[in-house]
Amino acid sequence: MNNPAALRITNIYKAFADKQVLTGITFDIRSGEIVAFLGPSGCGKSTLLSIIAGIEKQDDGNIYWMGAPIDHVPPHRRGFGLMFQDNVLFPHLNVFENVAFGLKMSAMEKEKILVKVSDTLELVGLKGLENRDVNSLSGGEQQRVALARALAPQPGLLMLDEPLGSIDRSLRERLMSELRRILRQMQQTAIYVTHDQEEAFAISYRIVLMRQGKVEQIGKPEEIYRRPATLFTARFLGLTNLIPGNARAENNQHFVDTSLGSFPISKPLQGPVTVLIRPESAILNGHTGVLLQGKLVEKTFRGNLCQVRISINGTLLEFNFLSNSDLPNEGEEIQLSLNPQDPIIAYKSGPDQLTNRGN
Amino acid sequence: MNQLIRISWKEINFRQAITVGLLWLLPLVFLGIFYFFPLGSILKTSFERGDSGIAAPFFEAIQLESVRQVLWFTIWQAALSTLLTLAIGLPGAYLFARYEFRGKSLLQALSTVPFVIPTVVVAAAFYALLGQRGWLNLAAMRIFGFNAAPIHLTNTIYAILLAHIFYNTTIVLRMVGDFWSHIDPRLNQAARTLGANRTKTFFKVTLPLIGPAITAAALLVFIFDFTSFGVILILGGPKFATLEVEIFYQTISLFNLPLAAVLALLQLGCTLAMTIIYTRLSRRLTRPLQLRSRRYTQKRLTTWRSRLFAGVVIITLFVILITPLLALAMRSFARFEPERGQRVVESPGFTVDFYRELSINRRSSLFYVPPTTAIGISLAYAAVTVILALAIGVPAAWALTRHSGLSLNRFLDPLLMLPLGTSAVTLGLGFIVALNRPPFDLRASPILVPIAHTLVAFPFVVRSLTPALRSIQPRLRQAAATLGASPRHVIRTVDLPLVGRALIVAATFAFTISLGEFGATALISRPEYPTIPLVIYRFISQPGAINYGQAMALSTILMVVVTGGLIAIERLRIADVGEF
Repeated sequence: MNNPAALRITNIYKAFADKQVLTGITFDIRSGEIVAFLGPSGCGKSTLLSIIAGIEKQDDGNIYWMGAPIDHVPPHRRGFGLMFQDNVLFPHLNVFENVAFGLKMSAMEKEKILVKVSDTLELVGLKGLENRDVNSLSGGEQQRVALARALAPQPGLLMLDEPLGSIDRSLRERLMSELRRILRQMQQTAIYVTHDQEEAFAISYRIVLMRQGKVEQIGKPEEIYRRPATLFTARFLGLTNLIPGNARAENNQHFVDTSLGSFPISKPLQGPVTVLIRPESAILNGHTGVLLQGKLVEKTFRGNLCQVRISINGTLLEFNFLSNSDLPNEGEEIQLSLNPQDPIIAYKSGPDQLTNRGN
Repeated sequence: MNQLIRISWKEINFRQAITVGLLWLLPLVFLGIFYFFPLGSILKTSFERGDSGIAAPFFEAIQLESVRQVLWFTIWQAALSTLLTLAIGLPGAYLFARYEFRGKSLLQALSTVPFVIPTVVVAAAFYALLGQRGWLNLAAMRIFGFNAAPIHLTNTIYAILLAHIFYNTTIVLRMVGDFWSHIDPRLNQAARTLGANRTKTFFKVTLPLIGPAITAAALLVFIFDFTSFGVILILGGPKFATLEVEIFYQTISLFNLPLAAVLALLQLGCTLAMTIIYTRLSRRLTRPLQLRSRRYTQKRLTTWRSRLFAGVVIITLFVILITPLLALAMRSFARFEPERGQRVVESPGFTVDFYRELSINRRSSLFYVPPTTAIGISLAYAAVTVILALAIGVPAAWALTRHSGLSLNRFLDPLLMLPLGTSAVTLGLGFIVALNRPPFDLRASPILVPIAHTLVAFPFVVRSLTPALRSIQPRLRQAAATLGASPRHVIRTVDLPLVGRALIVAATFAFTISLGEFGATALISRPEYPTIPLVIYRFISQPGAINYGQAMALSTILMVVVTGGLIAIERLRIADVGEF
């Protein structure tokens, strides 16, 4: 992945009426890369997408495509494809005409259009449905047509705005892996907007995590999951073992004192902090590193995993174990240690914390 | 509707068929006696003349130079009016559909006003603005010192065209604007990202989608202009005659009933064809497109381009749709001419004399009915019309929407719209030739007037009820039924609340149509029971400042009443959460 930046976003600002929607957004997307915009609804990710597509205009900042500024290029000249959440197919055109729309706009020859549409429909698994009325298709089929329509003109950048948002759960899994296969196979440079971390993890090479119009963290999926840069990110990813503590320095080493005991941390922090303990970091009956002892309150079987809730000195923690682990019964004592390979992350507690309650 | 399986008569169970049959009974009896029988009489009257074949009377009529002229004028003025109305209305429809701005709902409400304003009032309003004693001429005389009125717009084609635009722009704004506002703007964005520029997007995506709405609106406008009566008669003067006006002249002035009947049939044939096409088109509009809530489709006026566009459109609409009405209201309170017995105007300016004059029988004539009495008569007619129109309109709409696949309904649906394609004057003519002898000797009965009004209002009543009834999803009914609601219960708890709004809209339509109806009333009303529009017409056609002022005053009253009804509807609609 050493390609140069295909899309460069620098310092984008956007406000609607008096509300600031985007604040100083900056990042690059490399050629062939799939980047997910992840964040809760209202974080500005769809607005950012509209600005990149040219449908909305930013108040400040610049967008470069292959090194050239495209701020004043109208949407139809940008050569970007856009796929919407609820497909937005042209209701007056059939499947073929929908997919061929972009090709006709680029004044392609008729025979070539025929071939291209047929190839694209085959790619999305809809060969033979050329003459169907789009209104008569199922939700999944409509979404495939929408994908085919966006892919057919071979856009330099494909933008997908919550493409699986309105698809029901059982179908979503399948479409997700197909989408992943198609995008990766075609080495399509793509932006994938979603509020669902699983989709973002599965599909993208890199994630831009957004919050209230700002970039919270940029990184590979595993990076973001392993090392959430902020408390917000940790909570957004559903990490709930967050314990208040007090950080101090001792002999050039940093520690946090909590109700569970003292932990070494890598960051040089002082004062009140919040500590994140990863749910998969516990080793049953371990003897090295930080030792924890408590009561097993609840044990939930989840197939390959077993989720347990443990009460230690009145603090509830959640851990995942492989379900073949030899776990005690509910109500019994349990002893475990924290994997030293999984560093404990501490976040500075502050006014910031108040704004993202809820977890 | 293509996917809708056509259900044959046999497959429907017997009970449903009986229900639908019973629902149809009252509307069909009413239409039979008061619509088809008179129409049949017109048919008979026109054919009685021709000895040499059925078509002979038509050929004879067509060969008359005067008839050919009338026909030609009717067509080209309607076509030109429709084009101009579209030119004014479509930018407005776009503005209302795609933008959200302060004062928009007020402007929308105001733009609806002209449609419910009776023709006589429209004519009076244009007199107040552009007539000999109208504001423009008064202003020109005062400012430039002309001795006589410099603008002669009344009794010209321009006055007719302006009045038609004034009248029908609302149709375009409403039909096209409403439809447009629910079309997902992301369809345009999709087209744009696929490489279509603004123009291509409009022609490849927007136009095909809103095309049926535009065609339907244009057709409706054309039908209204084609059968225009009051505007032509009062604003156009004796020089201009549409078919409708010619039928009136032939009936009232020349008493040439056979020729009137032939012309009526000719007009009916034309409008019928157009109405059938219109019905087809409007059915296509109810096809379930993926409609979006307006919340997602409208944006604010942020760019200078959109602001400039909005400014031009709003000013144009205001000048064309609102100024005539303002001119009318202001003119009814303004005095410029000397009063009776005075040489000069003592105090040009504000006066309520025209209103005071309305209740005085100055002529002490036995046959003179004071305008205040006419107001009472009009209100009584309107009340009867509302009752009759709902009594026959509700069962008809109900039957139409409950089993739309039923072959009886498929046959009756276009039949119901016949009165819409039948002009008011034709209805009046039918009453004159049919209901003057037993078994229906109603010539002397004042009930004829509200019956005629009911026929005029009937299509509007049915058309404002059916969308609401159709919107009741079978699933809702089934849900209610599984919760233990009996069919009667379902009607009361599910259907009625949903349809309540539409019922009020329908009733108000019937009321305002009755108050303003002119064509049929002009033919059949008894001289001792004149309605408000007839009195206005009399005042306008008589000379004198007092008559002119009284016409203005009475028109203003009618305008206020009708507008009040409209505002009531709009308020009710806003209070409702049912909008998509």
